[in-house]
Amino acid sequence: MPTYRPGPVSLILAALVALFLLLPLLAVIPVSLTPTRMLAMPSGELSLRHYRALIEDPRWINSILLSIRIGVFSSAFSTVLALCFSLGVWMFQPRFTAALVGFVLLPMVVPPVVSAITLYFLLTSISGASSFFGYDTWLGVAMAHAVMTVPFATVLILVSLSQLDRRIDLAARGLGATVWERATRIIMPNIKFGIVTAALLSFVLSWEEIGVTLFITSVNAITLPRLMWMGLRDNIDPAIAALSVILIIITVLVLAARSAVVRLRRAQ
Amino acid sequence: MKAYLSDRMGAALLMAPLLLFLGAAYAWPFFGVVNWSFTLPEPGLGQYGTLLSDPLVQSVFVRTLRIAAIVTIVSVAAAYAITVVWVRGTPAQRVIAEFCILVPFWISVLTRAFGWVALLSNRGLFNTWLQAIGFISEPLTLVRNEFGVIVGMTHFLIPFAVFPLASSMRSLDDRVLLAARGLGSSRMRTFWSVFVPMTRSGIIGSALIVFVFSLGFFVTPAILGGGRSVMVAELIYLRIFQSPDWGLGAAISVVLVLFVGALMALVFRYVRPRQLI
Repeated sequence: MPTYRPGPVSLILAALVALFLLLPLLAVIPVSLTPTRMLAMPSGELSLRHYRALIEDPRWINSILLSIRIGVFSSAFSTVLALCFSLGVWMFQPRFTAALVGFVLLPMVVPPVVSAITLYFLLTSISGASSFFGYDTWLGVAMAHAVMTVPFATVLILVSLSQLDRRIDLAARGLGATVWERATRIIMPNIKFGIVTAALLSFVLSWEEIGVTLFITSVNAITLPRLMWMGLRDNIDPAIAALSVILIIITVLVLAARSAVVRLRRAQ
Repeated sequence: MKAYLSDRMGAALLMAPLLLFLGAAYAWPFFGVVNWSFTLPEPGLGQYGTLLSDPLVQSVFVRTLRIAAIVTIVSVAAAYAITVVWVRGTPAQRVIAEFCILVPFWISVLTRAFGWVALLSNRGLFNTWLQAIGFISEPLTLVRNEFGVIVGMTHFLIPFAVFPLASSMRSLDDRVLLAARGLGSSRMRTFWSVFVPMTRSGIIGSALIVFVFSLGFFVTPAILGGGRSVMVAELIYLRIFQSPDWGLGAAISVVLVLFVGALMALVFRYVRPRQLI
């Protein structure tokens, strides 16, 4: 069957856009190899000193570990809450479902800066009552990240539930399965791909969260993006370029692996 | 009757944890922020009066709307160009387009803003190269101004603009385009008179997403604007942390939410949300 393909003008325009999209990602590579202490293009000599700084400077290691801890905690929390909520919606189809789902999606729709000031209010209010749960604590940041990631987790799980055949659940119900058995042995095994994706996306969103984190941390809970922010605002530290190169390489590898898996599945 | 009751109990038990969590950690503090806007530093509508009269606040609002409008037009146009190839190209072209869209999409906003600093700053790639070939003698000022902010925001938002466009282009029937060509319409004419009008809902959807995102944008303007072209979100940050005036920061937030809500309600009156995704 003939198809309608883009012509030469479209291809040229698309290539320009593609170049624009990739250019800043490529630009960090030479900067990360500069031998100077300031942000500059290397002239002649190349150096790996900024990569070494990432390993040797305890600030980078500490904030990477902190970001992982916050990401794992908030992702587990938001995935479990989102899973329970979505199962409730799918299995019982209660009244007001649209309004309840709309409420859950609010943190995704409201401008992030408004969510940030809201969570700042929350954590400074808690700080008075509890010292390890409020403003500038890792648990407080994890909770705030869970608020921001739970709408995304909910959307992903609801989408995978919507592709599930309701008759499987009806059969289980007719054969006398309890609500718990239906949820854990019938429904969840069928949407496990969606659940894993929701957990991964929540982790990634928490790992790179900066808009809200800026409002709710000051000196103790310095996550990796927060540390990068500090290095970007004051004197630009070329170690950020080295870190960026590493993060870009990881992203490209993960995306390549994902598309390889997708292609393998299609081939089978 | 018994089954009905247990169903309601089950639904309540499953849905309650998330609803309670968001109620306590999101809805309640939001009303706290609204309360700030009416009570700090003194009870009354004083902060909203300031919003209407303070020239600094107004200039920030005007700048935000102007930047958001420019970024929306440029991002949607650029996204359109690459989406055409992503959806309708040959298999090889599709793979390349997908790579160029998804890699930036998954990379953090900080890394991407930093990439532009590395490219556009005084000692960055662009200025170094232009000076080396003798095109300019003094470095051009490309960041720490509005130009840098627009470039960085456009770069961030193109992938978000792509997705609604892609779904409207995918649902378009090939035969309509082939019929137009068969009836003697040129490539250009087919594109502008058939293809573009049929993807209208995607264009509206992606423009809405980009515009709403740009209004509340914080990180990219703060880094690439260098404090010189402050947008609304950065103004809120400054009012909370640098020249503390929590009431004003809260009032600006409330106005921002109302504006975004009204905008979305307006668009959803004409386009169903389902058509946008």
